[in-house]
Formats: sequence, structure tokens, C-alpha cells
Amino acid sequence: MGETFKANVIDHFNFWVAVVLMMIGLYAMITKNNLIKKLIGMSIFQTAIILFYVSAGVKDGATIPILEHHAAETEQVEAGEHVEGHPVANHEAHAINPDDYSNPLPHVLMLTAIVVGVATLGVALAVTQVIYKNYGTLEEDEILAKIKAAENDG
Amino acid sequence: MAEQYPIIVLLVLLFGALLVGLSGMVDRRVCFPLAVTALSLAVVVSVGILQQVINGGVIRYFVGGWSRPVGIGIELRIDTINALVLLTITTVGLLTAIFSFRRVQEDKTEKTPLFYVLYLLLIMGLSGMVISGDAFNLYVLLEVSSLTSYALIAMGKSRRAATAAFSYIIMGTIGASFYLLGVGYLYLRTGTLNMMEIHQAILALDGSSSTIVVAFVLILVGLMIKMAFFPLFGWLPNAYSYCPSSTSCVVAPLMTKVGVYVMIRMMLTVFGTEWVFENLQYAQWLVGMAIVAILAGSVMALAQVELKKMFCYLIVAEVGYMVGGAWMANHWGMVGAIYHIMSDAFMTLCMFLAAGIFLKQAGVVRIDQLDGMFRKMPVTMAGFVVGALAMIGIPPTCGFFSKLYLIRGGMESGHWGYVVALLISSLVNAVLFFRIFEIAYFGKKPAEGHGHHENHSTVSVIKEANVSSLVPLLASAAIIVLLGIFNSDIVELIERALNGSQVIGMNVLSGKGGQG
Repeated sequence: MGETFKANVIDHFNFWVAVVLMMIGLYAMITKNNLIKKLIGMSIFQTAIILFYVSAGVKDGATIPILEHHAAETEQVEAGEHVEGHPVANHEAHAINPDDYSNPLPHVLMLTAIVVGVATLGVALAVTQVIYKNYGTLEEDEILAKIKAAENDG
Repeated sequence: MAEQYPIIVLLVLLFGALLVGLSGMVDRRVCFPLAVTALSLAVVVSVGILQQVINGGVIRYFVGGWSRPVGIGIELRIDTINALVLLTITTVGLLTAIFSFRRVQEDKTEKTPLFYVLYLLLIMGLSGMVISGDAFNLYVLLEVSSLTSYALIAMGKSRRAATAAFSYIIMGTIGASFYLLGVGYLYLRTGTLNMMEIHQAILALDGSSSTIVVAFVLILVGLMIKMAFFPLFGWLPNAYSYCPSSTSCVVAPLMTKVGVYVMIRMMLTVFGTEWVFENLQYAQWLVGMAIVAILAGSVMALAQVELKKMFCYLIVAEVGYMVGGAWMANHWGMVGAIYHIMSDAFMTLCMFLAAGIFLKQAGVVRIDQLDGMFRKMPVTMAGFVVGALAMIGIPPTCGFFSKLYLIRGGMESGHWGYVVALLISSLVNAVLFFRIFEIAYFGKKPAEGHGHHENHSTVSVIKEANVSSLVPLLASAAIIVLLGIFNSDIVELIERALNGSQVIGMNVLSGKGGQG
């Protein structure tokens, strides 16, 4: 029991957090009556996924993925010099060990996803503003009532 | 030059959008010719791509020259299926752009540049989704096309356009986020985002990974929201019927169809048909859901009094056709589903163009307002009739042949419920459209003596639409017939992509393919 709990929950803590946040966001998007609150839910939902990706790129004891020493190293190798093991790169000279670096790709992907999220929120807020101009309210039930009333009139 | 075509088709549209936006600030009148030029170039280039694929096989294009095994570059991968769908998208884009000429200038003059910027970006996003060979790149382009369509829908004159756009935003974001999450799971398990490499990694895993199953389900649910598959279609009818005519003419034919295309791409290239049909036991369930979607869409279409709403529910039924065909695990079902993506795009285009013309020239919103339309607008009605016959499935239109392939697939794989649902849906379409023909041909007003007098006055008011509206309508009607006449050539191209590619596990599908 303890072992499986550790394997399922503690070791995958980041996934649990992401899932819980996603559910909070989804709940707000579906049940909230106020349109702005729905959008807050939408932002939480998107951020949870960003968190999921970013935390997946992290490794224990790894550093930022910049190969600043690599270029210098290869130059020296080409010149025929022998280089001792590098503090970051590894004990094996000239080789880059991926375990020493956290995975940059998910982070880069999430830069794009953040931009997409901001754009979505921007469009959504603009549309919300139009809705407010049209109906004078942001409460969903009041808007629906006004739509019903307009339908009955026309 | 020719080897750069895959990126050119996107760049033409992207820079076209930029140019339209910039020059639109100076002079609004240049927007329309610029947009049409960009789209015409895109059509020409996609014809070139199709030719290349037919002659030289699959195109693999690496953006920026970052070739795959080393880099993390984005691949554009085009086989005959994407080339055909790409051509469909750009052609629909061009026809609708021509259609939008009068409408945009009259509707919202001050927003003309913005409309065309969004419009070109939408076509760019959809084209990119179709030709991309990278799962994350597909997400970004999915969001490009979704965001632009949210804005285009919200431009509608009706007060309800904004509320429809809002619920579309909420649903669309949930769908796209599910897709993104699914791609995340795939990346964690396989370590790559390239579709082909994901496929190899899944083959190496022997189909035992539950992570992959979760990823597949997330991606599938996300795409089902985007394609408005039956229980998740709630956003579609309002969004498509309250937006401006020229928006609905491009969004309705393309958005759902590209969603279906992406699902098929995921099944064929990313997960592989072997994995999807043998390791996953969902196929029967999905065909069952498709049957429900077809029947529900048809029944709801019967209940509508508004023309555009009726077409919207027919889209829901048509999506059911394609999903069911794709999930039958049968060669002809898959061929029919892919062929139907194209034929349904042009059928829907024809329907919505006609609805747009009726709305513009005669203020028609409800079906019963169409009385006497054969006399008042004979050319428009001629185009509409071709589209309607295709929706019902009468040869030689493409609608007949896609149904033929789908029914053949259903019979061969023993999905009789699907076959029955498809036939019922065709009958419902026949009822719906012949009701419209009857109203439009014989008129509805029983009071003949009085009606004659009234008709005289309305004839002078309601005129035939202008050329810029009729050309796209008649062109789409002609394409519907051409697609039908050349259906065997198109199916041969689709089969080439299904059979020819060694990466696709075609054991399941190609068993019956050789006979055709």
C-alpha cells in the first residue's frame, strides 16, 4: 500500500497537481454563471497543461541546457589537444551527457502554448465586451433570458 | 522552387494577410484583390503539390532545412490524401473570397481589412494543419484557425453572434487543450513530436503502454469537440448560423472536415491502423456513436424552420458519416470517409453559398420564405439544386459516390446498423430538400388571385444575385459534379496513400483493397 502510494502519488506529484488544476478549471468553465469566471477557469485549465509539460522536462540534479563549453571543446579537439573532463559536460571527455541537462524542448513548446493561451484569452475578452455591449450583463442566465424574450418578440 | 511548394502555400497566405492588413490601412479597396490574389496563388501551388505527389510520391519537407534525425525541426509531410484535402481547402477559400466581395463591402466597410486578414490566416491555419507532419505544430495551427474563426464568427451582425462565439471559444479551447495534453502524453512516452517517429516508437512499444491509450483518448475527445461529433456539437448550430454569410461559407465546409481529417491522420500515420483497430477495442463503440450522430443530426435537421440551422444539423449528421466510415476498420469505409471529406466540403459550401444569396437578395431566413424562388432566382436555384441532389446522394454527384463507398464498407465489415442509419439519413435529406423544392417551385401561398398580384411586386424587388455571388455557387456546383464523375481517379489516389506507404500498418485495411 505504502509503496504503491509512493509510486502513484509522490513520484508523480506534478501530474496530480496538473490534473487537480485542470479539474478546477473545467469545473469553473462548465458551472460558473459569470462569463469572466468562465474565462478564469479557462486560463486555469490552460495553465495546468503548461505546468504539466514544464514539469515533465525537469530532471534531478540537472542544469540549464546551454552548451556554452561544447563549442570551445570541439575546437580544441579539432586542434589535436586533449581536454580533461568538464565540470558540467561529463567525465567522458567531448561527449555530452543528456542527463546533465534538463529537457529544453517542453519549455520551448510551452512558450508557444503560452502565447496561444494569451491570444485565446484576448479574443475571449473582446467577445465578452461585445456581449456586454449587446446585453448589458455578463451573467449567463440573464443573457439567456434576454435572448428568449427577444425570440418571443420577433 | 518546386521543392519549396509546401512552405510556399503557407507563406503566400501568411504574407498575404500581412499585406492586406498593412495596405488596408491606406486604402480599403485593395484588400479584396490582394486576398483573392493570395488565395489564387495558394490554389495554383496546391495544384502543383498534388502533381508532385502524384508523380513523385510522398513529399517530406523540412522547415528551415533542419532535417529530422538530428534536429528538432518541423516536418511538412504530404501524401496524396493531404494534397487532395489541401486543394479542397484552398479552393473553398478562393470561392468564398470571391463570394465575399459585395457582402463585406456592404456589411462592415470599416472592418474589411480585418476581415480579410483573419480570413487569410484561417485558410493558412487550416492548410498548415493538413500538411503538417508534427503533432505539436498541428496544435499551434489548430489554434490559429480556431482563434481566427472565433473572431470571424463574432463579427456577425446579429446580437447573438457574440454569445455564439463565446460558447464556441469555451468548447474550442477545451478541445484544443485536450489535444495538447494528449500530445504531451505521447511526447513523454515516445520522446518525439514528429508523427512518423511517434509511430515507430509506438510500434516498438508493442501496444502495451497505457500512456499511449490515454494519449489517444485525449486526442480523440479533443478532436471530436473540434469536429462537432454528436454529443459534443452544442456550439456548432448557433456559431454557424449567426455569423456573417461569407464567414459561414468558409467555416462550415472546412472546420469540421479538417477535424475529421486530423482524426484520420492520427489513426493512419501517428498511431497506426494496426494499433488503433487491434489493440484498442473502441472501434465498435465509435461506429455506434456515429450511428447515433447520423440519426440525431437528421432528426434535428427535420425539426428546423430556419434554413441555415437546418444545414448546421446536417453537418452534424455528415460528421457522423465520416467518423463511422473511418472506424469501420474496412478499406472502403476509410476510402469513403476520406472521399467524403472532399465531397462534403463542396456540398456544404454550395448549401451555405445558396443560403447566403437567399439571405442577401430576398432576406430569407426561414424555409417557408423560399416560395417562388425558382422563378425569381433561377440561376441560384440551379446551383442549389445540384448541391441538394448531392446531399441526398443522387448520381452523378459526389454525394452519391461517397455514400456508395461508405455503404460498401459498412456491408463488407458487417456494420448493418451504420448502413441503415446512412440510408435513413439519405431519406431524411430527400424529404428536407424536396420540401424546399416544392415550396420554391410551386410557391406556398394558396390564394392564387391575390398571390399573382403580390408576386408581381416581389419579383421586381427580388432580383437574381450578382456575378460575384453566382460564380462561386456555380463553380462549387460544377466541382460537385466533377468530383462525382472523376471519383474513381480520386479514390485511386486515396488508395495509393493508404496502400503505398510502408509505415502505415495496412494489414487491417488493405486486405480487401486489392480487389478494387
